[in-house]
Order: sequence, then C-alpha cells, then structure tokens
Amino acid sequence: MPLLKLVPDNTNLDFMRWRNLALILSIIATVASLALVGVKGLNLGVDFVGGQMVRATFAQRVDVERLRNDVEALNLGDASIQESGNPRTYQIRLPKPAGGESAANRAASQVRAMLGQKYAGSRVDSVETVSGKVSEELATDGALSIALAMLGIAIYIWFRFEWQFGVGALVTLFHDVSMTLGFFALTQLQVDLNVVAAILTIVGYSLNDTVVIYDRIRENLRKFRKMAIVPLLNLSLNETLSRTMVTSLSILLALGVLLVFGPEVIFGLTIAIFLGIFVGTYSSIYISSPILVWLGVKPDSFLKSEDREDAGAQKA
Amino acid sequence: MLDFPRWKVWSITLVILIGILFAIPSTLPANLKARYPAFLPSATISLGLDLAGGSQLLLEADTADASKQRLAAKEEEVTQELRRNEPRIEIGDISTSGGRLSFMVRNPAQVDAAVERMRTLTQPVDGLSGQRDWDVQVVDSSRIVMTQTDAGMTKALRDAMTVARDVVRRRIDPQGTKEITVINQGQRRILVQVPGVEDPEALKALIGQTARLEFKLVDLTADPIQVQQGHAPPGSQVLPHVDGGFVAVKRRSMVTGDQLVDAKQTFDQQNGAAVVSIRFNAAGARRFGRVTQENVNKPFAIILDDKVLSAPNINEPILGGQAQISGNFTVATANQLAVSLASGKLPVKLNVIEERTVGPDLGKESIEKGVIASIGATFAVILFMIVTYGRFGLYATLGLIVNALLILGIMAIFNASLTLPGIAGFVLTIGAAVDANVLINERIREEQRRGRKVLDALETGYKEAQTAIFDANITNVIAAAIMWYFGSGPIRGFAVVLLIGIVTSVFTAVNFTRMLVALWVRKARPRQLQL
Repeated sequence: MPLLKLVPDNTNLDFMRWRNLALILSIIATVASLALVGVKGLNLGVDFVGGQMVRATFAQRVDVERLRNDVEALNLGDASIQESGNPRTYQIRLPKPAGGESAANRAASQVRAMLGQKYAGSRVDSVETVSGKVSEELATDGALSIALAMLGIAIYIWFRFEWQFGVGALVTLFHDVSMTLGFFALTQLQVDLNVVAAILTIVGYSLNDTVVIYDRIRENLRKFRKMAIVPLLNLSLNETLSRTMVTSLSILLALGVLLVFGPEVIFGLTIAIFLGIFVGTYSSIYISSPILVWLGVKPDSFLKSEDREDAGAQKA
Repeated sequence: MLDFPRWKVWSITLVILIGILFAIPSTLPANLKARYPAFLPSATISLGLDLAGGSQLLLEADTADASKQRLAAKEEEVTQELRRNEPRIEIGDISTSGGRLSFMVRNPAQVDAAVERMRTLTQPVDGLSGQRDWDVQVVDSSRIVMTQTDAGMTKALRDAMTVARDVVRRRIDPQGTKEITVINQGQRRILVQVPGVEDPEALKALIGQTARLEFKLVDLTADPIQVQQGHAPPGSQVLPHVDGGFVAVKRRSMVTGDQLVDAKQTFDQQNGAAVVSIRFNAAGARRFGRVTQENVNKPFAIILDDKVLSAPNINEPILGGQAQISGNFTVATANQLAVSLASGKLPVKLNVIEERTVGPDLGKESIEKGVIASIGATFAVILFMIVTYGRFGLYATLGLIVNALLILGIMAIFNASLTLPGIAGFVLTIGAAVDANVLINERIREEQRRGRKVLDALETGYKEAQTAIFDANITNVIAAAIMWYFGSGPIRGFAVVLLIGIVTSVFTAVNFTRMLVALWVRKARPRQLQL
C-alpha cells in the first residue's frame, strides 16, 4: 500500500521569497486585530467583569424576546440573553447588583424561580456569580499568566539558541495572541477563563512548530557554514515541512472531531485552539524564520558556543 | 538501535502495565467495576465539579469585622483585668475607634502599673523577632493606647481562618459523611466544593451566619428616646431588634454561645412555634443560673450576630443550663440556626465572593459527548498515522493508545480531577502526542533518502530527533505549568491533563515505539524501510 505523502519528497519551495509580502500582511493582520479589540472590544464574560450568568436549557425553542421581557420584569438590571451552543440553550447574563454580594445571590434565585414557573420543562444547567473583586483578580491573573508564558518561553529559547531566536519567538507569540484576540473581537464570542487557557495552549503549541524549525536551522547553520542565511532558512523550512504539516493536521483532526461532537460548553476553548494551530503554523514559517534574517543571524552565530565545546573537548 | 537490552524491555513493559492497571477502574462501567478483583488498584479519576454537578463557593473573611471583634474581645479582657483583678485600677473613657483601644487611667500614679499589666495581656507573635500582637503606648501621661500590630493581625487572621474552615465543614456536613472539599486558599479565603448541590441557597444561608450568640441584660436605665437615636448610657450599647426598633443592652455578656454544648430545633410547648433549644456547659450553666437569679423580673436580650432576636423577661432563675431561643423562626430557619450554633460561631464573618453551580445533567451530557469525541479523535488520528507511515504509523498508534491509558492511569494514581476543559486537553493531547513519532519518522525518511542504510537511518533518526522533541515539549510544559499555577478548578484540570500528556507522550514515543521498532527490525531484518 503506497503511503500518503502530504508533502512530496525533497521539496524546494522558496518560502523566503515572499517574506516581505508576508511581513506586510502579518503586520496588517496584527494591527487590524488589535484595532478590532480596541474598537469592538471583547465580549468579556462574568469571569472578568463580574456579575451573574445563568445557563438554562428549555424544552423547546424559546422566543428570545419573551425570555428577555420575563427576565427584565424581575428588575435585575440590564440583562443580556444569548443562544449558547444549541437553539434550546441560552445564557442569561445579569450585571453586578449595587447591593453587594447577597443581592447577587438573590438575583440568581429569582431567575431560577421565574424559569421554573413560566417555562415548563426548563432546566438550569449552571449558575455563576463572580464579584467585582474576584473578576478583577481573574482578569489580572489571566493577563499576567499569558505575558509570563510568552516571556518564559522566549527566555528559554534564548538560552537554548541565541538571542535572535528568543526575539523571534516573542514576536511570533505576540502575533499569534493578537490574532486570537482579534478573532474573539470579530466574532464577539464570549471570553471567559477557558479562553485564557486556550491562549496559553496556543502559546505552547505555536512555539512547538517554531522550535522544531529553529532546531533544524541551528543544525544546518553548523553543518553548512558557507551557505547564505536565506537559502539556509529555505532548506530548513523545506526539510521540516512534512513534519509541520503532519503534526498540525493530526492536531486539527483531533480538535475538529471535538468541535463537531464534543461538549458545547467548551466550544470557545476548542475553536480558539483550532484557529491558533493554523495561525501558529503560518507564523512559525513566515514570522519566526524571516525575523532571523532581519536580526542578522549568520552562519557563525553558533560558532562561539561551538568553539567553546571544541576547546573543552580538546582539553579533556 | 537494535541494542535493546532485556531489562529495558521489561522495565518499559512494567511501567506500561502498571499504568494500564491503574487506568482500568476509571474506564470500566459501574456494573463491571463491582466485580473487579479487590486486590487490584481501585482508585478512579474523580470528576471535577463542572462534570459531576454541584456547587462551589469562594468565601472571603471580612477583615474589618474581624478587627472589630478582636477589639471588642480585648476591651472585655482589659476591663476584666483592671477592674476586677487585685490591685484594682480605675479606668474610664474607653474607646475602640480607629482600630485602637484606648482608655484613661484615673489615678496618674497607677499608669505604670497599668501598662505593666497590659503588657501581660499581649502575646509574642513568633519566637524569633520578639514582636508582640499588640503595641502598648502611653499618650498624654494618663491615656493608654493599645494598637494591633500587623504581625498580630496576620496571626489572628490565620488562626481564625483555620477555625473558620473547620466550622464551615461542620456546618455543611455535620455527620462528616459527605465528599465535600473545604480548604483554605491564600490568607483570607476558603474554597468550598459540595458535589450534588443544585441550589446553593441553603448552603449559603448556613455559611452566611456568623452565629455569634450572646445573652445580655437589657439596660433599663436607658432613656427610650435616646436609645431610638442610637445613644446608650456608659457601659451599654444600642443594638437593632429584628422586629424593628432598638434596644439598649449592657456591654457585658451574661453568657455566650461559646459555652454551648448542644443546640437543637424543637417546638415551643405553649404555642407550637419553631424554636431552638440550647444547652450550656457546666460553667455556662452556673453563670447563667447566677445572673438570672440576681435579675429576676428584669428582661434580658438574646442577641445573634449583633441583632436582638428577642428580649424576654426573667420570670424565675434558669438553673438547669437549658434555654430556648424564639424569634419568628420557620422550621427551616430554626434548624439552620441550630446547626450553626452547634458547630460553633465563625471566628470571622465570611462573604461569598464567587459562586459556581452546575446541574447534574449538563455534566452527564458533557461526559458522553467528551467520550464520543475522544474515541472519534483517536480513530481519526490512528487512521491518519497508518496511511501516512504504514508500519511505523501502526507503532505510533500503539504508542498513542498506551499513552491515553497512561494518562488515565497517572490521573487515577494522583486522584486528579477530570474537568470539562480537561476533556479538551485529553483530545488535544491525542492529536499532539504523535508529534514525537512524527518527528522521528520524518527524520528516518529523510536519512533514508540521503542514502543511509536501514539501521543507520533508524539510529540517526531517533538520535537527531531527540533535541527537537525535548525543546518543543519544554515550550508546552512552560505554558501548561503557568496555567496550572494561575488557574483554578476547571483550568487546572486542563493544565494537569496537558502536563501528564506531555510526559507520557515523550515516554511512549521515545521508549515504547522505539522498543517495538527495535524488536521488529531484529526479527525481520528489513532491507528497505517502507516509510
């Protein structure tokens, strides 16, 4: 049986030829994403802004207007109602009440009682109440954890490779995280704690590809000391292309199954990682690698450490 | 490459067998699990609250209230020491404002003695620094000011939170039979997880009550008009009555809830109303008896959390140490109060600052869908691997299955919780776990293309792929570790699955599949690798 080859043997694609065009496109996409976040804003869930969220499943399709009127009749402030996952499940979001935490607790009970009374066969799936204090902490922790992960990984890469590679990793991660946030601004999908977890996962996996390519670049830099940097990057990208494709596709296959058949509650988490894998694969080819050219990586970038190793070996 | 010593084969097999043995209980359906031999490991992966259904509350200590209570207790202690113990020192103008306790010593000659005795009321916070929990200072030559030190407050809060945790546990689960989690989080928080609770209102009512019970004499000398305006004579205080209005009571308690041995919900024998019957310990009963004897025909107030529940008349001395608390209770609220009193008062008021409740059906659906997605994803990846790498894909597949079982086994060993995002982590790991094999296989392909012989290609492939595998996985470990550190509950569940998955996938790819390949090559001696 002949084996499937996603990428033919001995490809020789000139990736670097398009690097300036790709750079412009990436910059536009990143700026557009950040602008989108600035203009449209993120649909932050109760995790980050506080308030209450009641998730309920109804016996049949519900007239959203009627549901909105029924919730508003409770006088709990501006309620927002969103379909969630399937047409019988809705999220009812209530703002933080003025009367402190105990008032918030009563609001959820009121919604629960109202649903039981007016919507036969409805079922409350979950109730989340987050106070302003906790939501502020969660937001700070979330932002901090993403920044720390990005920095931590970049520093690790710097130690294992050279400083240019660390900078490349950081820029790549910035691009990937911006694009993910842009996606959430565009779709207005709810941003909750799961999305932070998704972004951290993307940070890990996007760099996974990058590291494999960097590893090959380092190997080739040591092997072909006379080769110019651009052809060397092309060679490294081509050599690792098959692996990049197979691994990315394998992850996408698994996540695709989860998107279609998996639990609705983690749709946001899954779709974010799914898209992040795409973006990460692109950026590992068109951002992490060309940046090495701009930062002036030369065949002798690894010579110093090499020399040291040689000298050490001779002494021993 | 072919040099795969027997001990290595055995140890790899052993690790995998142990992993599978621990994974089995979590994967068996309930009816088969009952028949699973008892000598084999039975620990299963527990389900997080978002899958099992239940309620999670995050409680935070009201530190302002804690500080107020500490001041009040200190005031009681100070007056007791100076006014009742010999030699007596007359003091006056006691105030507890601004987080400080200050009072005047009437006779200037006694100031030094008073300071000396106040010092005996303070405790060292820790043995090394010699710092004490209160600062004692003299201002204006006759006024003594006692200030809580930061270290003292920290220690008091720490002690209070430990007690509070136990009280919360007793209140939610008086019999100690439920599988609840009550743990301290940080300096001033308690995390409560109760599986199976759909409506946490009753839970919150139980925890929300400090249940500080006090019996105090009503101050009959107070001017009723002044009292309604909130002014009380010296030595008394004004407290709100639950039925409206205010009551002036003596500051000094006759007896408090600390001296209770039991509290039960019962019914009043005269009017059938729901009440709480309480029983004092010996010392409390004696004190209660003596005070009621001395104050027959005067009213006393039953005070719960600084609110007067009722202020009945003392018709006769109450000597048996038994009393009844009435106050417009329903059976449910009386029961709640009884449980709260019996479990002891909370040393500090707790506020619910976060609450998450998940119904049981949502979790059940999520698990079903999660299982379907996991199996579907596994098959998709297996198919992809086999069409891409043939025999080597099959080995990668075997590695994948072993990897999935190892993840489950390790989770069971550590009793880790599977959460909803954890399911996503599991599926993601299935997709990503083959990466190490992909790296190796691609490298072998490459080396073979370069003209290396089978053994040489295999050897180089495994060797050269190692650094990439290691570096690439470290980035995931960094991200997942940070997620674990900052995350809570469900997110932690996700991070745990990712972390375990990274370790097991590297183990299976580098050791297990390598072993399979080595054993095959040794037996079949292929001239060419179809890869």
